[in-house]
Amino acid sequence: MQITVKLFATFRQDRFKLAEQDYPEGTTIADVLDALAIAAPDVGMLFVNGRSAEPERRLASGAVLAIFPLVGGG
Amino acid sequence: MDKILRVNMTDLTVKVEPVPADWAGLGGRALTSTIVAAEVPPTCHPLGPNNKLVFAPGLLSGTAASNANRFSCGSKSPLTGGIKECSAGGTSSGLIARLGYKAIIIEGKPAGDTWYTVVVHKDGATIKPETEVLRLGTFATVQHVNEHYGEDFGVITLGPAGENLMAIANISVKDPESKIRSFGRGGLGAVMGSKKVKMIVVNPEGGVALRLADPAKFKAANQAFTKTLLDHPVSGQGLKKYGTAVLVNVLNEAGGLPTKNFTSGQCAHHDAISGETMYENIVARGGEPSHNCSPSCQIQCSQIYNDKDGNYVTSGFEYETIWALGADGMVEDLDVIAEIDNVFDDIGVDSIETPVMLAVAMEAGLLPWGDGKRILELLRNDITHATPLGRMLGGGTGHVGRAFGMTRIPVVKNQAIPAYDPRPIKGIGVTYATTTMGADHTAGYAIATNILNVGGKVDPLSNDGQVELSRNLQIATAAIDSTGLCLFIAFPALDIPECLGGVIDLLNARYGINLTGDDVIALGKQVLKIEHAFNLAAGLGPETDRLPEFFELEAIEPHNVKWDMDQKELASFWNF
Repeated sequence: MQITVKLFATFRQDRFKLAEQDYPEGTTIADVLDALAIAAPDVGMLFVNGRSAEPERRLASGAVLAIFPLVGGG
Repeated sequence: MDKILRVNMTDLTVKVEPVPADWAGLGGRALTSTIVAAEVPPTCHPLGPNNKLVFAPGLLSGTAASNANRFSCGSKSPLTGGIKECSAGGTSSGLIARLGYKAIIIEGKPAGDTWYTVVVHKDGATIKPETEVLRLGTFATVQHVNEHYGEDFGVITLGPAGENLMAIANISVKDPESKIRSFGRGGLGAVMGSKKVKMIVVNPEGGVALRLADPAKFKAANQAFTKTLLDHPVSGQGLKKYGTAVLVNVLNEAGGLPTKNFTSGQCAHHDAISGETMYENIVARGGEPSHNCSPSCQIQCSQIYNDKDGNYVTSGFEYETIWALGADGMVEDLDVIAEIDNVFDDIGVDSIETPVMLAVAMEAGLLPWGDGKRILELLRNDITHATPLGRMLGGGTGHVGRAFGMTRIPVVKNQAIPAYDPRPIKGIGVTYATTTMGADHTAGYAIATNILNVGGKVDPLSNDGQVELSRNLQIATAAIDSTGLCLFIAFPALDIPECLGGVIDLLNARYGINLTGDDVIALGKQVLKIEHAFNLAAGLGPETDRLPEFFELEAIEPHNVKWDMDQKELASFWNF
């Protein structure tokens, strides 16, 4: 199934900004993080289709997954 | 810090007074709000002789404590009609503290047309007629002080907007690079202008190292505190690299980036105006990604942003400014946004109120969406020279919205709503509605817990738990604003226990006292209650603790949500 993965801040280094990627049915966010070699403790925010999500979440075909490191401002 | 400096602009006299016992344990916001509540009639005209302008270094300002060199400016706001406290960095806070002044109170109003400079020194202050820097921008004014007084002098000044008593006018403070930091919100520049004070310069001569009750404990506490600032990913790494603008893409993903005058929660050109793009430009053009706004800052969220030819354009290039021009006002070119930011600083206007006002003016048809060139003309011509159009714009977001008969006017207590839409991020909506300041994200930054997963998680799309979240944050913020510490210490403070413990240890070692965490919370509550009582007496009753109606009528994409919090639940905010 096709997943749109969007990376931000330091996660873009040596990776990409946005990519359409093919994953098997049943893939979780944690599986995508593994595939991208992003360590779980480095993750600050995960959004699936604009809503906050947990790493255990199974992705549906066509999902847009956004992955941020721990960042903030104000 | 055992003196109060009182400058009376009616009879041009100066008094150095002892600190009343009730004020001895206060600093920063706690002190400015206490003095304003004690000495300013809540019903006075903000630009009249009965209003006062109070500057107060924080409780830790002037010491070696990290990130503690901010100070507060308090008054009755000409924008909101309520009490106002702003916090700014720059070099003056530490200088004022080391001269021994716990607060500077500017009161009264001169009868004639003469403008003045107030020179603060170790023995009091000298009030001098001012002609040379009148009508100059803030950068040229700072340059003048560097050349004619000394490079180590502090400067607190107005741009043309403040001289013309506009409600969008801020007060500018010289920073370590002789650039500008601002008491941004609420039109405090108009209050200073009404008193005919073009600038306050601070002569550092005779300043002394502040006495610490327990120097060894202070040093140890500062080391432990500083470690938490550097260890937390947000304060130690993220802000240094991307600045606060890293939030553009975060809020866009969360669907809470107000776009085109609050008609969408996402912006198509978000990446072009993001912190990531800003960082790339800075590195490619020889700027500086990390830079401090005041001495002793360890977080360094500021930066120096250059143009394509490597020439300085702006510094302190903040998320809220970039959002307001780039997403709310649809200016797609980050370089143009940077140029406008520099003009905001130079003419002395709030970089939230002004661009939110411009987006309302765009919707009204006064200028095209995203027209950076026209914005620059309006700023440099109309607002700088106070043409009738410039004065209309200078009244702020609510003023312009009413002038054009609009209903989508994003203000609370007449102050522009900043960079986070309250419909999909309910916690920040509670803060906007209830804070004594008018719409102000910094008063209780629920974004931390609603979006950034700092200090736990509260679902941004649900009303559950938001009042309690905002209340706890507003109480803690009022306390932090009293210390002189940067609010960004809240990121480690929400996640690392040693951070707040370090702050308490610093206060105890500085003053030889035995504060506990409960005492700090009690101080925060006391500040909020003093401010709330002032607002109630000024006519800002419970009916003003609400968001504009359009948030209840218009759903926002992508989450398709409205503001739907019960007013009674909102009112429960004050049950403490």
